[in-house]
Amino acid sequence: MSAMIRGEAWIFGDDVDTDVIIPGPYLRTRDVRELACHAMEGIDPDFARKVRPGDVIVAGKNFGCGSSREQAPLALREAGVGCVVARSFARIFYRNAINVGLPVVEADVSCRQGDEVAVDFSAGTVTVGTVTFRGTRLPEFLLDILRDGGLVAHRRKEKMEKEGLL
Amino acid sequence: MAGYTLSEKIFSRASKKEVRAGEFVMADIDRAMVHDITGPLAVKGFYEIAGEDGAVWDPSRIVVLFDHQVPADSLAAAENHIMLRKFAKEQGILNYDIFEGVCHQVMPEKGHALPGDLVVGSDSHTCTYGALGAFSTGIGSTDMASVFATGKLWFMVPETLRLKAEGRLSRLVTSKDVVLRMIGDIGADGATYKACEFAGSAVSRMSVPERMTMANMAIEMGGKAGLVDPDETTYRYIEERVGSFNRKTVLHGDDDAVFDEKIWDVSDLPPQVAVPHNVDNVVAASELAGTKIDQVFLGSCTNGRFEDLALAAEVMRGEPLARGVRMVVIPASRTEYMKALRAGLVETFMEAGATVESPCCGPCMGGSFGLLGDGEVSLSTSNRNFQGRQGSPKARVYLSSPATAAAGAITGEITDPREI
Repeated sequence: MSAMIRGEAWIFGDDVDTDVIIPGPYLRTRDVRELACHAMEGIDPDFARKVRPGDVIVAGKNFGCGSSREQAPLALREAGVGCVVARSFARIFYRNAINVGLPVVEADVSCRQGDEVAVDFSAGTVTVGTVTFRGTRLPEFLLDILRDGGLVAHRRKEKMEKEGLL
Repeated sequence: MAGYTLSEKIFSRASKKEVRAGEFVMADIDRAMVHDITGPLAVKGFYEIAGEDGAVWDPSRIVVLFDHQVPADSLAAAENHIMLRKFAKEQGILNYDIFEGVCHQVMPEKGHALPGDLVVGSDSHTCTYGALGAFSTGIGSTDMASVFATGKLWFMVPETLRLKAEGRLSRLVTSKDVVLRMIGDIGADGATYKACEFAGSAVSRMSVPERMTMANMAIEMGGKAGLVDPDETTYRYIEERVGSFNRKTVLHGDDDAVFDEKIWDVSDLPPQVAVPHNVDNVVAASELAGTKIDQVFLGSCTNGRFEDLALAAEVMRGEPLARGVRMVVIPASRTEYMKALRAGLVETFMEAGATVESPCCGPCMGGSFGLLGDGEVSLSTSNRNFQGRQGSPKARVYLSSPATAAAGAITGEITDPREI
């Protein structure tokens, strides 16, 4: 996965919980495309229809609080979200996002809905227009998981390396 | 050199080296739990990592059970159950299926979480078992897939925030009121990634079920875990349910360990309520007097134990439900249900007009039955009041103790239970 993501900003506030990212009634399905159709439905019913590949969510503090449902970052990733930038993240969501290959950057960014945003998740930077915001850089072992596209792909690669297949 | 917190000691044992808060560790997992909502994704991920003929690292350390959509409430739920049954059978894993109840009640009462254990569950309220002095935390399905395959998981050893409740709670004020007040004061992200250690004279006097209510809600302040240092109360709880265990090897935090501390005097604390749509939006129940209720939910991993049902029945004292109010009572486990049956509580609730369901999560996460429609108001003993959590995004969920919920059930509006 490339560490550079470019897209339009989608602005959300503080304490966006995983119940609004993917509401409970949709958790029966194992089909990620169906999950994607309902991404952010609890807070913005039009989001899944309007978001475009590579777009960036820019939010306040404690993004992804609440339930440990991994369907939340999966729904966002499948809907096309390229990266979530937030002032802070709830920790289970943060881990889950990395594990499913959805880049996350902890940074305090000021921008408006629809602004063009460029994120370099390896460096932990977010650029809006000519201004670059410096966020927290992930430890190298987590960046490796993201670069491989998530934990499952990362573990498979490790296994193949161990068995001399790669 | 400073001593070690309980969390640092558990991670030191689990990673076989002396570690401090802030260090990254690869730790051995003592117990892993999945349920019907997050289990299927974990199983799928496990087979992707381990291959179609892969075997889990240690079947005796995994527990499977179904509690969110039980008995199967849809064909999709039935298919998820079938998939998990097959996985458990093929791998030789203990599966409580739909029979025992809500995971966070069943795990401690069946002895799957003991003091000093490192436990992970693919559910955010896994922090509940910290009430017994375990380090217990919620993880996602892919982390769980990795645990199934390797028995290990990386952690950053968390810093400890000690939340002390001092004083004596007044009548009909409970551990739920204390933890709601704490969340209200420090905020929904006030303990992000921290180990929340509940202490103080009020906590020392609490039963394990009361402590479980507090540990359960550590995640609502962003906590990685919620712990109570094990004591005589802890040991008796375990011995009554599981039988003998070795008290001598139990880990305790050191007095000279490094941690942050916040102190509450709870002697004059009135009953508390969390107002929609945030758990940290907490006020005294009396400030909400007159707020009309459509449904009362008494249950969940937070407050669905026998002691919670007994307290609610005591407040209701044989009074019928207020006109127009529905009450859904769901004991958290089969064991707790049987206790309630024998004590005549089920009869009390049903005579009042309540419906009593078999053990499960019920309306708590809005993915099964007992849902709210547009504009409806729920007073609930569960742990989250997020928008849409119990059904319609246009419904409103207030969180309270079982005593306050019971008072609301018979008056039809939010009421300080001490005024009944």
